Amino acid sequence: MKIVVPVKYVPEPTATWSFGADLLLDRGAVEGRLSELDEYAVEQAVRLVEGGLDAEIVAVTVGPAKATDALRKALAMGATSGVHVLDEAMRGSDALATSLVLAAAIRRTGFDLVVCGMASTDAEMSVLPAMVAARLEVPQVTFAAALSVSGGAVTIRRDSDTASEEITAPLPALVSVTDQTGEARYPAFKAIMASKKKPVTTLSLADLGIAPTYVGLAAAATRIRSLAPRPPRQAGTVVVDEGDGATRIADFLAARGFI
Amino acid sequence: MSQASEVLVLVERTETGAVRKASLELLTLARRLGTPAAVVFGGADDAVVASLAEYGAATVHAVDDSAVADNPVVPKAEALAQLAGRGGVAAVLVTSGPEGKDVAGRLAVALGSGIVTDAVDVTPGPSGLSVTQSVVAGAWVAVSEVVRGTPVITVRPNAVSAEPAPAAGAPTVETVSVPFSPVATAATVVSRKPKVASGRPELLDAAVVVAGGRGVGSADGFGVIESVADVLGGAVGASRAATDLDWYAHENQIGQTGKTVAPQLYIAGGISGAIQHRAGMQGSKTIVAVNKDPKAPIFTIADFGVVGDLHTVLPQLTEEIGRRRG
Repeated sequence: MKIVVPVKYVPEPTATWSFGADLLLDRGAVEGRLSELDEYAVEQAVRLVEGGLDAEIVAVTVGPAKATDALRKALAMGATSGVHVLDEAMRGSDALATSLVLAAAIRRTGFDLVVCGMASTDAEMSVLPAMVAARLEVPQVTFAAALSVSGGAVTIRRDSDTASEEITAPLPALVSVTDQTGEARYPAFKAIMASKKKPVTTLSLADLGIAPTYVGLAAAATRIRSLAPRPPRQAGTVVVDEGDGATRIADFLAARGFI
Repeated sequence: MSQASEVLVLVERTETGAVRKASLELLTLARRLGTPAAVVFGGADDAVVASLAEYGAATVHAVDDSAVADNPVVPKAEALAQLAGRGGVAAVLVTSGPEGKDVAGRLAVALGSGIVTDAVDVTPGPSGLSVTQSVVAGAWVAVSEVVRGTPVITVRPNAVSAEPAPAAGAPTVETVSVPFSPVATAATVVSRKPKVASGRPELLDAAVVVAGGRGVGSADGFGVIESVADVLGGAVGASRAATDLDWYAHENQIGQTGKTVAPQLYIAGGISGAIQHRAGMQGSKTIVAVNKDPKAPIFTIADFGVVGDLHTVLPQLTEEIGRRRG
């Protein structure tokens, strides 16, 4: 069986991000890493194999040269091999183009199960899993809090506001996992060293049979017209509790009409 | 229809079948952009049609979902794709949330349309709809346009206030048959355990949210947070630190991987205010924070902050509010 885990190289969430004149994130100007939310996906794939599932795990990324760092982290966590779609024409691609390329790379790799993170920590759209599933024409079971594979089907637990549900779908299928699935492992030194010997295939758009006119900023179906830092909130009052903290909050709430 | 004027709104229902407040917000928004048309799964009874009409739905597309009741996401995307494919549709509005994101993503692929997620405002512009988003963990504000296809937009709950239409008429109710694909029925629900209702307002609908974090110290400690919420008629939220420690249920988590709330009043107890948490609550109108650590980042965005022990301050606050209300 083959499990494919799409992974994204994202800027450090705590770093200061900057944007170019084209309003695109300047990815070269900020430290990057494997998206924390994709680590949960790699972790779940590795746990399926550790739990006895006979499968190889292929981590797939679409991104700039530095995105190999994300693949290497996934390999150190236990993925078998990596696929890196690297093509200058991808810069500025929207979700439609990214899902097109990712789906082509996954199809070329071959898959029984695709395990995605629930969202990226940079664009935060949370739509790529559904878009990739649509392009692969397979069932999707998303936002899993737990995951198991048996008898040619994947079963997840999804916790919503109103219910906890178990949902099952026949393979091939796509799942996305939340940060509730279990802490991602921190790879040991030995695993990091071993990961350097694992194979990574680099593919271009031409290798995937996708014309560059389908991707990049010029092909994007959405345009950012303006981008500005959010105006900072007015600095408020901070007091130290000297036995009167609650009274002072109550005074504040009364002044604002809450009580 | 020759002109693209219909705005499709995917209606979400509560456990009892009523129309969710977030869907009424979408209808209110749709009125500013064109002619609202509600798309309903799960049957359009008189009460549902009346409530959609009150908020301005000119048409109710009632999807015949007898074949797919189990697995809502793919069928909803396919139904919307069919309706949008007829032409005359100016935009499709869906509520941001796990199901809405799934539906919107599949729909955008089916239509080859641009998608914008987590809108906090949508306005008509000279060259199409202008969509405002809060991005980069809420630190930046972006305004975007969809330049290809029928715009697919997911809108955050509470971004728009639901207001009844000034002149509500009787909508046309149309039953829609969709030839669902095999993928639409492939996933099935094998078990379902409903959550026990807390009796408090829904986190996304609440005017007041009282949230606890690591500083609460234990699952039992959340009683202090709940008491403040109850005296104010609010909902209870929690930081990721608190839900990861199993002190409070994950569905109450506020932040980047949980819910984004924007209530009139947000009270944070024992929450330091990491960027991921702030992303989920900094749109709140008024923020009050109680934290032991004077350097906690939450104080940089709080309208009123108290440096102190929440286990002392918050019970006194509950008592004080109760006393003032007599």
